[in-house]
Amino acid sequence: MGWAIAIHGGAGDIPISLPVEHRAPREATLRHCLDLGVAALRANRPPLDVVELVVRELENSPCYNAGKGSVLTTAGTVEMEACIMDGNTKNCGAVSGLSTVVNAISLARLVMEKTPHIYLAFDGAEAFAREQGVETMDPSHFITPENIERLKNAKEANRVQIDYTQPIKANSTSDQGDSQIGTVGCVAVDNHGNLASATSTGGLVNKMVGRIGDTPMIGSGTYANPFCAVSATGKGESIIRATVARDVAALMEYKGLSLKEAAAYVVEKVPKGNVGLVAVSANGEVTMPFNTTGMFRACATEEGYSEIAIWPLEGNGICDDSQK
Amino acid sequence: MVGGWAIAVHGGAGVDPALPVERQEEARRVLARCLSAGAEALRAGALALDVVEMVVRELETDPVFNSGRGSALTRKGTVEMEASIMDGRGRRCGAVSGISTVKNPVSLARLVMERSPHSYLAFDGAEDFARKQGAEIVDNSYFITEENLGMLKLAKAANSIMFDYRVPLTGADTCRASAGLVADVGGELQMMNGLPISIYAPETVGCVVVDSAGRCAAATSTGGLMNKMNGRIGDSPLIGSGTYACEACAVSCTGEGEAIIRSTLARDVAALMEYKGLGLQEAVDYAVKERLDEGKAGLIAVGRNGEVAMGFNTVGMFRGCATEEGLMEVAIW
Repeated sequence: MGWAIAIHGGAGDIPISLPVEHRAPREATLRHCLDLGVAALRANRPPLDVVELVVRELENSPCYNAGKGSVLTTAGTVEMEACIMDGNTKNCGAVSGLSTVVNAISLARLVMEKTPHIYLAFDGAEAFAREQGVETMDPSHFITPENIERLKNAKEANRVQIDYTQPIKANSTSDQGDSQIGTVGCVAVDNHGNLASATSTGGLVNKMVGRIGDTPMIGSGTYANPFCAVSATGKGESIIRATVARDVAALMEYKGLSLKEAAAYVVEKVPKGNVGLVAVSANGEVTMPFNTTGMFRACATEEGYSEIAIWPLEGNGICDDSQK
Repeated sequence: MVGGWAIAVHGGAGVDPALPVERQEEARRVLARCLSAGAEALRAGALALDVVEMVVRELETDPVFNSGRGSALTRKGTVEMEASIMDGRGRRCGAVSGISTVKNPVSLARLVMERSPHSYLAFDGAEDFARKQGAEIVDNSYFITEENLGMLKLAKAANSIMFDYRVPLTGADTCRASAGLVADVGGELQMMNGLPISIYAPETVGCVVVDSAGRCAAATSTGGLMNKMNGRIGDSPLIGSGTYACEACAVSCTGEGEAIIRSTLARDVAALMEYKGLGLQEAVDYAVKERLDEGKAGLIAVGRNGEVAMGFNTVGMFRGCATEEGLMEVAIW
């Protein structure tokens, strides 16, 4: 047993040819976030605080699809959603349809802690944000030129893009893996076995206005209970159908599978190219399986294992931390 | 019992034991009517997905229960409805939230599933989609009943949130505190803060069906909590929480939305069957007993083999079921 943390910046069809100018900032952000999370765990911050602070950092980074840098709806607007869950109490908070809130994950936490509800969305969530005095910016703050380009490509291809999709035009300037940026998430466990999970996203490129994905849905994109904490990424509709995050925990609890087995089982059952997840168990284990080409991810354990990666390591992309 | 169709409906968990007999009879009549309509369709070979939609539409249209007409009111005195539907074969699903002018939210949820690339649409986006799809639109006032306007006033006066089953909670501003209070109440409905239990409590509605081909489907629809914050989403539209269907079974839940979400109640029933090998009723009982903690809720479920199961830890749940074998029952307590 010991603390452990895992972070993702989205799973999808990330081409191996991703040029260094797109790779480097993303890897640097993951490294930075991992360091922040590890430092917080070492300082005995509760996992709920740790996952929130890591996801805030990812939201603030323009190179990931959350907060600033969120992908755009078909109307060219940003609608952000997020979810946070505490393993011991199974208290949770979720928000959707945010357009001015700088850190959706923190608003989700406020919903959990300051209202009798779990989930607030759209105008009601924005109104709550103002009541709570959280930091807000004009909607234009969140929109980046890269995302305007992505939306344009998606509309031209008449397609709703999943987090990571190879553009149809092979010779398009954005065929550098740059059309693909993903949901972000973090799971953490401290050395007492306390677990927490947090996920945040701008959703799908060219999504319909009002579309809600798996991220804010407890049991689909986000889940934590006394067994494990899970954050998923990929095609929302597939993740919802498969109740990915809940299923990992259910397999451990009801079928006695280990974290690694449970996570691998769930990922295999979802159609290929649609899902990835990060998960930690109460025992300090970590796993990061995905059935897509790649998943931006990072993890670290108290034993000293640490990893930052995009594509599969030795074939299956599962973080190997079995030294105990 | 192997094979054969089966259907179960609910009109909400948590009923005032002092509910006047006339209101009880009224509720039973509506449930019986919807059940019969569903059973008749199943006898004629209808598909599970069509039957759950049809039955929930009936329940939405009737003002007796908390969905569609008769929905609980938000803080602002408006109606924000939500619904979801799921087809066990393929686990296709559709959901909507923040619906204020669409006459039948469950049908809109089905349209999201079948005519959009997504699974869940909410608020303005869902309303726009409804218009583009030609769904029946009415003014928001259509959904508001005198009774609920009165209830909202009382709820505001007590500055409390009223759940489906009308147990007002006092002073509690967090999920945790609310759960604690319900536990204190000991499962019995009480008056708190001087607020009287309503004469009649409109409830979330739902339907689960297994058709003669063994295909399962579920649908749930609601107006949510009386005096809820605008924008609040409960369990009913959340796949895995209020609604779930897979090859093995279909489930629809009702009660404290927050408790149902936390416990991913609908999915858990199916997961207990799938991963722990429990039978349908066993899974339902386990979920209600072990998964809700201090939360109060109920659920209905059907299994692919034509079984029906129901469970609740509240005082009463408006419900009914019918099977191909000829069972037909409507109950409250």
